[in-house]
Amino acid sequence: MASWPDSSQSDTSKPSAERQRRLAAVRPRLLAFARLQLRDASEADDVVQEALITAVEKNARFEGKSGYETWVFGILKNKILDALRAQKRHGKWQPWSDDGVEAAIEQQFQSSGRWTDVARPSSWGDPENTLFSERFWQVFDSCMIALPDNIAKIFTMRELMGLSTHQICEEAGIKENNCWVILHRGRLLLRACLEKGWLSEANK
Amino acid sequence: MRMVMCREATRLMSKNLDAPLGFQERMSLKFHLAMCGACRKCNQQFQLIHDAGKAFEEKASSPPFDTNDQTT
Ligand SMILES: [Zn+2]
Repeated sequence: MASWPDSSQSDTSKPSAERQRRLAAVRPRLLAFARLQLRDASEADDVVQEALITAVEKNARFEGKSGYETWVFGILKNKILDALRAQKRHGKWQPWSDDGVEAAIEQQFQSSGRWTDVARPSSWGDPENTLFSERFWQVFDSCMIALPDNIAKIFTMRELMGLSTHQICEEAGIKENNCWVILHRGRLLLRACLEKGWLSEANK
Repeated sequence: MRMVMCREATRLMSKNLDAPLGFQERMSLKFHLAMCGACRKCNQQFQLIHDAGKAFEEKASSPPFDTNDQTT
């Protein structure tokens, strides 16, 4: 039998030195992303490791339609989804009851439904400048960590992974309506936390 | 049209980022935002938080050299 290398399996195209350097450079950012999403440092290490291995193995599949780092991020997102599914299967998702959250949100509104004085939103300044500020991202990071686990999972699936609420329902096994409720709570909590951190930082 | 207060308005702003609002919901939100400065700020900030997720990834996945040309 002739033994031509099977192009789908051959590793004739190992990543170039350039790509290897870029993989090493993007690794810390992959880790930061995975940690926010999985909220478990060692699991995040694992998925990033797997994603990097896959990127090396499937090097030939990169077609240059998007940036190389974006392609690697796509691989990571799939690995994260697998990991979330595994967490769910193993019963590692916290139950949905959240009395503390309800209480924290109660504090933001009067019984009439108006904002309370302490919670009423203040201006954050120019949104463009906010997103380009390193400080904002530090505050964002610490506020994400402060979110309750179950809210953070749904929130990051929506806002970091870009899944639709329909997809999230299927992954999380909840009703879409429930998903909107959780996202609403997450946004209210995160908004309050960001405002506190961001404005106090800005006034330093 | 149903009048809504701030709490309900924030629910509609949030939902608006995930799914199309119904006509009634859209009108209620629009009307409330026209009257309430605090909720207008909240709406901008929800939007910013929504954009932050994308920005986070773009920032993270930008190549080490050459600047990305996305301006939005
Ligand atoms: Zn209002």
